Amino acid sequence: MKNIPIKPNKENLTTYVSIGSIFIFIGFIDLLAYTFLNFNLTEFLPSKLSFFAPLIFGTIGLYLIRIEFSGNKFLDKININFNSSNFNAILTLLVIFALIKYIPPLLNWFIFDADFAGNAKEDCTGEGACWVFIKVWLNRFVYGMYPDAEQWRINAAFILLFLLVGASFFVPAKSKKYLLVFLLFIYPIIGLKLISGGDFGLEFVETGRWGGLSLTFIVSAFALILCFPIGMFLALGRRSNLPAIRYSSIGFIELWRGVPLITVLFMSAVMFPMFLPDGTYVDKLIRVLIAITLFEAAYMAEVIRGGLQALPKGQYEAAKSLGMGYWRMHFLIILPQALKLVIPGIANTFLALVKDTPLIFVVGLLELAGMVNLAKTNPKWLGMAMEGYVFAGLVFWIICYAMSRYSQNLERKLSTERQ
Amino acid sequence: MGKIIELKNVNKWFDKFQALKNINLEVNQQEKIVICGPSGSGKSTLIRCINRLEEHQDGQIIVDGNEISENTKDIEKIRAEVGMVFQQFNLFPHLSILDNCTLAPIWVKKMPKKKAEEIAMNNLERVQIADQAKKFPGQLSGGQQQRSALARALCMEPKIMLFDEPTSALDPEMIKEVLDSMVDLAKAGMTMIVVTHEMGFAKEVADNMIFMDEGSIVEKAKTKDFFDNPKSDRTKLFLSQIL
Repeated sequence: MKNIPIKPNKENLTTYVSIGSIFIFIGFIDLLAYTFLNFNLTEFLPSKLSFFAPLIFGTIGLYLIRIEFSGNKFLDKININFNSSNFNAILTLLVIFALIKYIPPLLNWFIFDADFAGNAKEDCTGEGACWVFIKVWLNRFVYGMYPDAEQWRINAAFILLFLLVGASFFVPAKSKKYLLVFLLFIYPIIGLKLISGGDFGLEFVETGRWGGLSLTFIVSAFALILCFPIGMFLALGRRSNLPAIRYSSIGFIELWRGVPLITVLFMSAVMFPMFLPDGTYVDKLIRVLIAITLFEAAYMAEVIRGGLQALPKGQYEAAKSLGMGYWRMHFLIILPQALKLVIPGIANTFLALVKDTPLIFVVGLLELAGMVNLAKTNPKWLGMAMEGYVFAGLVFWIICYAMSRYSQNLERKLSTERQ
Repeated sequence: MGKIIELKNVNKWFDKFQALKNINLEVNQQEKIVICGPSGSGKSTLIRCINRLEEHQDGQIIVDGNEISENTKDIEKIRAEVGMVFQQFNLFPHLSILDNCTLAPIWVKKMPKKKAEEIAMNNLERVQIADQAKKFPGQLSGGQQQRSALARALCMEPKIMLFDEPTSALDPEMIKEVLDSMVDLAKAGMTMIVVTHEMGFAKEVADNMIFMDEGSIVEKAKTKDFFDNPKSDRTKLFLSQIL
């Protein structure tokens, strides 16, 4: 045993690589046979050893082919990237084995065994996912309980929004700010009026019937747009020299940060009307919007305050020495820099906000996840929870990933650091 | 030529620590004063009190006929007439050099953009970095940044310029280019108060020298007298170490 050179070396490159490859090959064959043919090649070994056999074979094989500067480019690449030590070799094997073991069943469930055709639960075989459920309920998942005949109004509102946003990329810089003002202040009124109706011959649709993905968008968009300026003023207020403003900002922020969103929503539904004079009625969607907005504004304030604190004192002094007052200093010098610094934090808060919207179910408003929840309890569609939640999860992921990418782009675009 | 800055018995404390003790100082129009002294002697605090980046607790500071105190309504108006150059440049990193220069004239002095840019380019020309106008501060060398900061202050067309150790954060090679710009400015007749350790610059430009130690003015003299025969022992010691 002592005479055999255990350390793989360049002189016997071919031998080591062939023996190593055979070991790796055996390891994979063992795993593949067991996974797909349900046949255990190493059954003669004790059960525990047999279970780890692919890993052991693979590790030995990878050890044998770990030869530095072998001259073979392909081999060197593998060794540097996946096989630089025994520990890394084991990690590499574990990842590959996990992929082999778990990806095929997932794909089977999602696509190969899944049912797409038909329009009832009975059309599903039950082996894979029953996407028929999503297909049949899609209309509800997007529009909630909104009357079918009136759904064009939601479409029109969103198409108008996309057109306006799209146009903002093409119009010349001068008219851009008018478009922005229109988008922020006038469009929301038009959009809401279009969806809620009641005037101009449009049938009134009460907010209780709104729902699904469109409600997710409405709630998120309003809360996003409103919580940002409120958060900004709270952040400035918390750093103010005037005690009254400072302490009321601190109080506000700490109050809203200290309570769970779900209790805030309950309060907005149950407690808030008690403080109003008799006979006044505020729509529950509006109450919910206010609650979410103030809740997220408190978080936004702390994120922005982080950015304000990161700026050197010299920036304030330079602005002051040029004769700028408090507001000019903050809006021209301090906030543009502070906000740029905390784009990741702002994106974080925005994503959290979008993902918090399902909680509005506590006041009876059902957005996407809420509608899924409702649909799965339909007697004709029992047992479809998995499909529903996977679908809702995917949609949320797409929305959030898009926002995250946008924030990264924005960061790059605004960067004025030395390239 | 009349007095433009007057300090009478100014005292300032940072909590218990007294940073300025009984400062009396008069500055005439177009006068150039260089303040020197060991670190912690209150030089920076003194000039920062003149545009109220620091608040004094006792005494009077009168700038261009306006007394500066907590009752001053339009401190911004006074600051707009007093330019300042900082040790750390303090350019606005999110704006190009040109925007750095035009921002305050446009927003504080309500100048039309065209005119502000014209003035900015003139001032950038004056400190010889007009070709860098479109760049961002992070893309310039320290010396170029400090000259941009000088141009930015000049764009407000101030009556007085304060310099707070303008060359202390620079490489030796870059000190000269900044000092050259300051010498040009002095020759053009600007009222200047400069805190610096550059004694060559002081000898060339200053009308009067001030030596400060432990919060008080130890010696104030004509530049030639100050260097040739300083009166106090503390000044002699300081000069022997620095020259």
